[in-house]
Amino acid sequence: MSTTLDGAAEVPDSPLVAPGEQGGLHNVFRQRYLLRLLVRKDLAARYQGSFLGLFWSYVQPLVRFLAYYLVIGYIFQLDKNMTNFPVHIFAGMIIVHYFTETFSSGTRSIVQNKRIIQKLPLPREMFPVASMLVSAYHTLPQMLILLVAVLVTGWDPTLYDLAAGILGFLTIAVFGMALALMFSAANVFFRDFQNVVATLTIFVTWSVPMIYPYDRIANLFGGSWAEQVYLANPVANSVILFQQLFWVPTVGPDAPYPAIQPDHLMSRGFVILFVCLLWLAVAQLLFTKFEAKFAERL
Amino acid sequence: MAESIVVERASKRFTMQYTRTIKQMSIAALRGQKLSDSFLAVNDVSFKVEQGESIGLMGLNGSGKSTLLKLISGVMRPDQGSVLTRGRIAGLIAAGAGFHPQLTGRENLFLNAAILGMSEAETKRKFDQIVDFADVGKFLETPVGHYSSGMSARLGFAVAAFAESDIFLADEVLAVGDRPFKRKCMARMNEIKKEGRTLFYVSHAPGSVRKMCERALVLVDGKLGFDGPVNDGIHFLKYDDTDGPDQDEDDLGADI
Repeated sequence: MSTTLDGAAEVPDSPLVAPGEQGGLHNVFRQRYLLRLLVRKDLAARYQGSFLGLFWSYVQPLVRFLAYYLVIGYIFQLDKNMTNFPVHIFAGMIIVHYFTETFSSGTRSIVQNKRIIQKLPLPREMFPVASMLVSAYHTLPQMLILLVAVLVTGWDPTLYDLAAGILGFLTIAVFGMALALMFSAANVFFRDFQNVVATLTIFVTWSVPMIYPYDRIANLFGGSWAEQVYLANPVANSVILFQQLFWVPTVGPDAPYPAIQPDHLMSRGFVILFVCLLWLAVAQLLFTKFEAKFAERL
Repeated sequence: MAESIVVERASKRFTMQYTRTIKQMSIAALRGQKLSDSFLAVNDVSFKVEQGESIGLMGLNGSGKSTLLKLISGVMRPDQGSVLTRGRIAGLIAAGAGFHPQLTGRENLFLNAAILGMSEAETKRKFDQIVDFADVGKFLETPVGHYSSGMSARLGFAVAAFAESDIFLADEVLAVGDRPFKRKCMARMNEIKKEGRTLFYVSHAPGSVRKMCERALVLVDGKLGFDGPVNDGIHFLKYDDTDGPDQDEDDLGADI
């Protein structure tokens, strides 16, 4: 078949360029077909040789949810003076889990794919981005469960709530991506960083209003700088925005215990999203700087 | 003619770290030992390749051939100087490049093709050709981790050999293949050459370089020691002594 072989023209009408310098996040999204294959590869590799497969990624969140609900709700009795506490926990858990998954698997992604990186030129950002997308894929069934749960409890979100939820999810995706990009590059030089990440993620569960309501923080620090520091955490911010979509509309105004949310929800959300985008840009610059040495240091 | 590869005063320095952990580092520092050392794997190399030329890159082990090839493929960047190329690059740097051991041969084929810049449609169109060439038979649906080294090398070469490219890099191609496959590779590389692509071929086998290439580059300790006609290059490397085991006729040899 001669038609398949004449891809190489006598002289290609492209300029002389430095090979392999086609990195950058924008190029990752230009090569969507390759990205899709890498995501599929990650999904296939993760459950390879496992009998229950994808099921495992629901067991862990489910067990974690039950543990939180039983300990915090029953033993600490937070369930008593909060409306729809399980929805509150579960909505927060989706964000926290998505973030920690993106952060930790993204950090390991470059080292894990060293066989490819040492031999073939492609935008190396592909790997952390693929980790982020795989983690997003895993949130889908959890979202479905949450959706069923809120529909059963009575859910009537406004457009404002919808905007808040989307803003929250978008922010956590950008923030997780920025961290994954930075730490995946650092992990090439010192494998300590994957342990740093594992340590950092322990804090995440406790630093967001998931297993306790936001009004505990408001009562404790209300109006002080400490409250602002708490709210400046992009994960806490995203959790609150996400609960605005899924938890707040289920509570309703005449509930015995109303849903208490911080002021300036959206404007703070947009500022934090903007800061996260800046951070992503800085992470990209750092990644590009260190990427030149990946092949030899892996 | 247009230039296809332009390498100008390119150098690549590797750092060897003797110590990795903080404990080892402090002990080494106390004893006054070196913490790290560096060497130039590619040292101030300059050459130009015209589109359609076929180059045989030769040199002893550790002379920097693979590093130079990685600089041209874009996997590594030069520390000094510049490396410029024109058009798409395919080929494999080491057999079975970037295969994921847990994925099947088919999945790896698509993934590898995508990394080489092939679209889904293009891969599907060439799928039969590639599978036919790789000759992995019923193992196509088996994870590549279970392949023999020859089998994964065959699949890797097949994908690269049928990717559209302007520059074809071949390294270690013939190291693991059996004789029928080596012959098939040489035939395919000849076709690639006839299509007007630039061929960059790394080999230790003088016979195959003689057959395939018009020009030889010889690296000596990272420096370009020789650039010229193939026979002179082979002579420069003293690979042409006839009392060796090499037989000229079928000298496809073991690469690298």
